[in-house]
Amino acid sequence: MAYLDLSGLQKSFGANQVVKSFDLGVAKGEFVSLLGPSGCGKTTVLRMVAGFETPTAGAIRIDGQDVTGQRPNQRNIGMVFQAYALFPNLTVAQNVGFGLKIAGVSAKETADRVAEMLALIGLPEMGARYPFQLSGGQQQRVALARALAPRPRVLLLDEPLSALDAKIRVSLRSEIRDIQRKLGITTIFVTHDQEEALSMSDRVVVMNGGRADQVGAPFEIYNHPATRFVAQFVGTLNTLDAVVTNAARGEVTVQGQPLQLGQAIAAGQGATVGLALRPEVVHLEADTALISRGDFALAARIASVDFLGAVIRVKAQTAAGVIALDLFNRPDAPPPPVGAEMALRFRGQDVIVLG
Amino acid sequence: MKRILSWATIGFAVVYFFLPLVGMLEFSLKMRRGEYSLDAYRSVMGDPQFQATFGYSVLMACLTIVFGVLVVVPTVFWVRLKLPRLRPFMEFITLLPLVIPPIVIVFGYIRLFNTSSWLPLTGSALGTDFLLMCGYAVLALPYMYRAVDTGLAAIDLATLTEAAQSLGAGWITVLARVILPNVLVAVLSGAFLTFAIVIGEYVFAALLDRPAFGPYLVWAGGNKAYEPAALAVMTFALTWACMMLIQLATKFSKHTRMPR
Repeated sequence: MAYLDLSGLQKSFGANQVVKSFDLGVAKGEFVSLLGPSGCGKTTVLRMVAGFETPTAGAIRIDGQDVTGQRPNQRNIGMVFQAYALFPNLTVAQNVGFGLKIAGVSAKETADRVAEMLALIGLPEMGARYPFQLSGGQQQRVALARALAPRPRVLLLDEPLSALDAKIRVSLRSEIRDIQRKLGITTIFVTHDQEEALSMSDRVVVMNGGRADQVGAPFEIYNHPATRFVAQFVGTLNTLDAVVTNAARGEVTVQGQPLQLGQAIAAGQGATVGLALRPEVVHLEADTALISRGDFALAARIASVDFLGAVIRVKAQTAAGVIALDLFNRPDAPPPPVGAEMALRFRGQDVIVLG
Repeated sequence: MKRILSWATIGFAVVYFFLPLVGMLEFSLKMRRGEYSLDAYRSVMGDPQFQATFGYSVLMACLTIVFGVLVVVPTVFWVRLKLPRLRPFMEFITLLPLVIPPIVIVFGYIRLFNTSSWLPLTGSALGTDFLLMCGYAVLALPYMYRAVDTGLAAIDLATLTEAAQSLGAGWITVLARVILPNVLVAVLSGAFLTFAIVIGEYVFAALLDRPAFGPYLVWAGGNKAYEPAALAVMTFALTWACMMLIQLATKFSKHTRMPR
């Protein structure tokens, strides 16, 4: 049985059902992200686990104990908020020690634990400061230390990086992950940022319309999306229409050219299916003769080139529509000029068939 | 021309507000014929009735502040957190003491809580003191409510409450250790305003027949010459001291500085 078990969770606000039968089992020490667009119900699920919202139906169990009816202060769950939520009237050390003081831990033990937590987050000298004297990143690290100090059974992170600037966000997410691994604490992380979810998590739950569309490891979610929504929400996607020529053997035609897919298709012969391609599986070829040689390739005209640093995002106009592809930056190979006539090539095994 | 007009307006306002005060101060110092002295102040301070009434009013003011804080802070907290739709209603209710004359309120109290009523508070001195404190709390309600409401609006109430709850705090702990310290400056503002109101209040104390400072002021005004002016100056000084304390409390509140 999972350490944190959410079964059949539902939540309605009046006539609006925000969470529709949500099931999830989280193993002890696992880091699971709830990923989805605004309004998909991810924060509501987190708030139900924390005890701030009462489920309309369903149950929440931690280590086999049903906590559905317990108040938030009885659950021993640590939570980090988007807005830091440090107590402005308390110093950093007092903030970190707050939960221990409430629990009646002795002053000596509290001081030791606070020092340990401040060392863990890399701010051992900041104990006497007030929150307003810290940067956003430091405040969020203190919030993390405060949540961890009372040794909670589960750690909940509610978009903790959203209010930070891009560089700190990247460094702090790896810090959070390192601390989580070190302590082995079961963690649920809510985010709408797919990069955060994919880079930090053991498993990702992609939510859509109050349900979990897919639960899986980041590699699986990205490369084998279970639904059209997951495919489109996670990562950038090019979509093409194809006509099925042999469903069992996975043969289709795209713009009249035959393409052998890596899987059978659940559609009848002559039916039109949607294919999806990640930008990194599309290759740009200067040799347009490819097309006439019979290899699968689409004639393309470069429509735009965006230099992003390590990666160059190219958009090419084809007869099947605009296709985006990514090139690695190489100082000795400048990107193609806009308007250049080229060929786009990809393998049938790399194509995702949209359900 | 515009500049001259502005200065003229300010000059007029200063003269209008301060000239009577200066006149009153000067008069209060003229008790000894032919020279300025503090005789009127000495006379007032030495009057046992002054000491008794002033002490009584200070005590009542302190009790009113405690009572007001205990009633207003949890109420505003709960309305802001759980019942935000009730805020317009609360605004209306808390404005009523400014609209309904104190004499109407006190007659209502006397009618409701007289010796032949179901709760005969006016039947004993302690009961009447309690009634007077409730009356003072009602008079101070518009100021206390607004001060606390403004203070709570300045903090992220919901998130701080949830953060404290997730760390194991119950409602009383949340209020006492998280919310109250963070709105202390606002509460102090409300407290000093309450103090200033209670110290000079006449109608409630006179009609409930309690030995408060307000009725003493009126009595002194009718029976003495220089002392009423001295008392008025002292009352003004006390009120201004309260206002300065509000400013000082704001200034020395470390954690309310703007974040960087």
